[in-house]
Amino acid sequence: MKVGIVVFPGTNCDRDTFKAFSRLPEVEVEYVWHTFTELFDYDLIVLPGGFSYGDYLRCGALARFSPVMSAVEKYILSKKGYVLGICNGFQILTEAGLLPGALSRNANNRFICEFCDIEIVNYNTPFTRMCEKRVLKLPIAHSDGNYCADASTIYELESEKRVIFRYVENPNGSMNAIAGIMDEEFRILGMMPHPERNCDGVLGNGDGRCVFESIYHELSREVSERDGLR
Amino acid sequence: MDYDDVGLKKEEYDEICRRLKRLPNDVELLLFSAMWSEHCSYKHSKVLIKRYFKANTEENAGIVWISDDIGIAFKVESHNHPSAVEPFQGAATGVGGIIRDIIAMGARPIAILDSLTFGSPKSRKTRYLLEGVVSGISSYGNSIGVPTVGGEVRFDASYENNPLVNVMAVGIVNRSTIRTSRAKGVGNSLILVGSKTGRDGIHGASFASRKLREESFEDRPSVQVGDPFTEKKLIEATLEMCSLPQVIAVQDMGAAGILSSSSEMARKGGMGVDLFLERVPLREKMTPAEIMLSESQERMLFAVEKGKEKEIFECAEKWELDVANIGMLTDTGNMRLFWEGKEVADVPLDVLVDAPSYEKEITSISRSTLSLPIVNEPVNLEEVFLKLLSDPSVSSKKWIYTQYDYMVGTSTVVPPGDADAAIMLVGDGLKGMGVTIDSNGRYCNISPREGAKAVLFEAYANLVASGCRPLGITDGLNFGDPDDDRIYHQFSETIRGIAEGCDILNIPITGGNVSFYNRYEEESILPTPVIGMVGECPDVTRTVKFAFDTEGDKVYVVGEPVRGRVNSGSMYRKCVKGEVGNVFPDVDWYKIKEVFDFMLSCMEKDIFTAVHDVSDGGLAIAVAECCIPAKMGFVWEGEQPNVNILFEEIPGRFVVSIPNSKCKMFERMAHEDEIPFEEIGSVGSTDADFEVFKLPIPMLAKIYENALEEGLDLH
Repeated sequence: MKVGIVVFPGTNCDRDTFKAFSRLPEVEVEYVWHTFTELFDYDLIVLPGGFSYGDYLRCGALARFSPVMSAVEKYILSKKGYVLGICNGFQILTEAGLLPGALSRNANNRFICEFCDIEIVNYNTPFTRMCEKRVLKLPIAHSDGNYCADASTIYELESEKRVIFRYVENPNGSMNAIAGIMDEEFRILGMMPHPERNCDGVLGNGDGRCVFESIYHELSREVSERDGLR
Repeated sequence: MDYDDVGLKKEEYDEICRRLKRLPNDVELLLFSAMWSEHCSYKHSKVLIKRYFKANTEENAGIVWISDDIGIAFKVESHNHPSAVEPFQGAATGVGGIIRDIIAMGARPIAILDSLTFGSPKSRKTRYLLEGVVSGISSYGNSIGVPTVGGEVRFDASYENNPLVNVMAVGIVNRSTIRTSRAKGVGNSLILVGSKTGRDGIHGASFASRKLREESFEDRPSVQVGDPFTEKKLIEATLEMCSLPQVIAVQDMGAAGILSSSSEMARKGGMGVDLFLERVPLREKMTPAEIMLSESQERMLFAVEKGKEKEIFECAEKWELDVANIGMLTDTGNMRLFWEGKEVADVPLDVLVDAPSYEKEITSISRSTLSLPIVNEPVNLEEVFLKLLSDPSVSSKKWIYTQYDYMVGTSTVVPPGDADAAIMLVGDGLKGMGVTIDSNGRYCNISPREGAKAVLFEAYANLVASGCRPLGITDGLNFGDPDDDRIYHQFSETIRGIAEGCDILNIPITGGNVSFYNRYEEESILPTPVIGMVGECPDVTRTVKFAFDTEGDKVYVVGEPVRGRVNSGSMYRKCVKGEVGNVFPDVDWYKIKEVFDFMLSCMEKDIFTAVHDVSDGGLAIAVAECCIPAKMGFVWEGEQPNVNILFEEIPGRFVVSIPNSKCKMFERMAHEDEIPFEEIGSVGSTDADFEVFKLPIPMLAKIYENALEEGLDLH
């Protein structure tokens, strides 16, 4: 499994995300600089958390225009692999129109950093299949995590089971307490909570690991199926 | 231009002329005004600090080693004046500035702590300042990806117009990539990396060296504006550059910008320096003197081996930072400034950097040592307890720390609000470090010397309570106007107190910061030394928090028994009696050190399930704080408690909980080491039952967690 972690100037969860993937066996993890424009040779692209280009404008509004995002779009169209956006990564994906809706200012108007209970709504996705618990303890750390979309989008997301994660106690005012969603083809996941911050038992209870293990197993399965066909 | 236009005294001007053997030109006079300001020269504190603080280093930050290869670089710095006039930017640039001190050593910053002191919690000004400072720290610290993991927030009317914002940064450095600010080698280049230079913060150093007054608020343009995005890029670029062998020295740019960084770098290496100011990337049209004095943020200066500048430029360009080769080291011993081919200044560096220092006759200040008569008037203990629990200085700071990203970097093992110190992982294994920052102006006002020790011992106790062995301290010394005898006396007593305390604890001072002129109109702040401390934690899975977690565990107090009168300086005296008193309690500091050592040896045997040091609010508050996190109760089983037992605050005491199976071992160890202790009760289920009053824990939790927000009417 080959993972590319995109680094924009201002990204600050790149190293943490790298660490989380490095815990898995036989995984190659690389950083991808924001100026990269060629076709990716990865099974999974991660847009990690942080403040891309400072986020002085709306979060992710500048990053969506960066050179690397055209490579991400090509990658998605080619259906070569999966995309995971965490926190700022989720914001960038919505700004780029790769996921529906928007992340607006938290209802209390402040940055919030705390552990939240996150309910897994859909277990039948590449990012949640290996999760056993119903509720994960995952940290959030953002000013703009208040998920909004028009009523028909929310209806679509819910009825197509594309709401993957939901806050048990809504910390930021998100519609339907949405914490994470996927695209129609279930290849792109955007989530505000930080699973990479709870992979190590000494930093919490290790609940975040199952997200990484799920995609790892998904990709290993796909690879062996591909090999089997040959 | 006249000397008093630029804030120099007549005798200082005469001294400059005498040392130069001529009159300085206008550019040179401005250089002196900044370099000889209190802020840059420490002219009022240098002599005393040199005399008493043996281990003080002159590097950007101090280092303690936790293994052969891994060091912890840490330092505290104040940003009081800027925060008083522009709280958001003042606090934000305070964070930015101290972070650059850490990266200048080649260390990766992994933690920020801040000690904040404001005026009365009831005033609107306090609310305005607190909201500004907290959002300044939050927006800057969160963006650069360095977690804010600890701190303290205090309130006292004497800080009404002069709040204290002391920020401590902690970094991890490898012995092989460590850098100093000692620049050597004739012809080597000085390369400026970071933001463009603008007119912001000119005269910031001299602004910080004056007392605040009504007109100070017109000085708002003297406060710099922070750009955390550039800082984040500067952190990464600087650390990449520090791994290159051609980087000889690194210096951050703080007060007096290019001037102080280049002159100190060259002076430490025994060199001279030539600067070509037209090469400095500018944001606007500026004069040579303005370029030298600008305090534009997010800039660093690198001394780089001649001919090997290319990689430095490439790295800066990769991170989209401005970069320019602005000058070189010479063997003249002078600072020479050139502007479009013409020399505009030429002064010997020793004259410029080594400002005169002052030492005043220390006037002994007579103060009454008479204790007030003991009045044993009846008190409603429950009422007092609730009053203390809901005092914003005592209550939970959750409203503040949840606005800080305290987890980015995935090393925060014990976050704020869980234990007396924050615990961070260092490196890949289970080894960790504990960090804390403390102050207590009330104690220091009663006795600067003993109060300083109390603060130092409090910081030490916080690390001990979390299972860490303290390794070193950094001090932020915040005082009023040093020209005032009373203040100078406070300062010199504080220095002695810290030095004596460090001797007793056998812990080095690795660096620090002095902030004078913390005075608004005629009112000075209480003397406020802030102590930042780091300690070593051999195994982070064995750290102890303060939450009681198992019903039936025995609860003990370790340390000296109470004295029969709630001491001067205590929260009880301040909040309930309205007078803090004037007699510092008799404390046997050596005995407390024994208590600390005993606690650490108990920790090695995993005896405790919870540990909390007894500080603001005394024993009753400490016990409540142990009950609240896991919503456990407590049942008092000792002698009937009275006001002294519940609220006295003498230093060096801990509340601990111990499983029944380990009580015998604990008591035996305490007897052997002759450590005083007392069993006071056990962990219960739903109430805090102090025999004389009994309150449900959920109610206490609600009061404790909401008091700050409600007390200050925060939104």
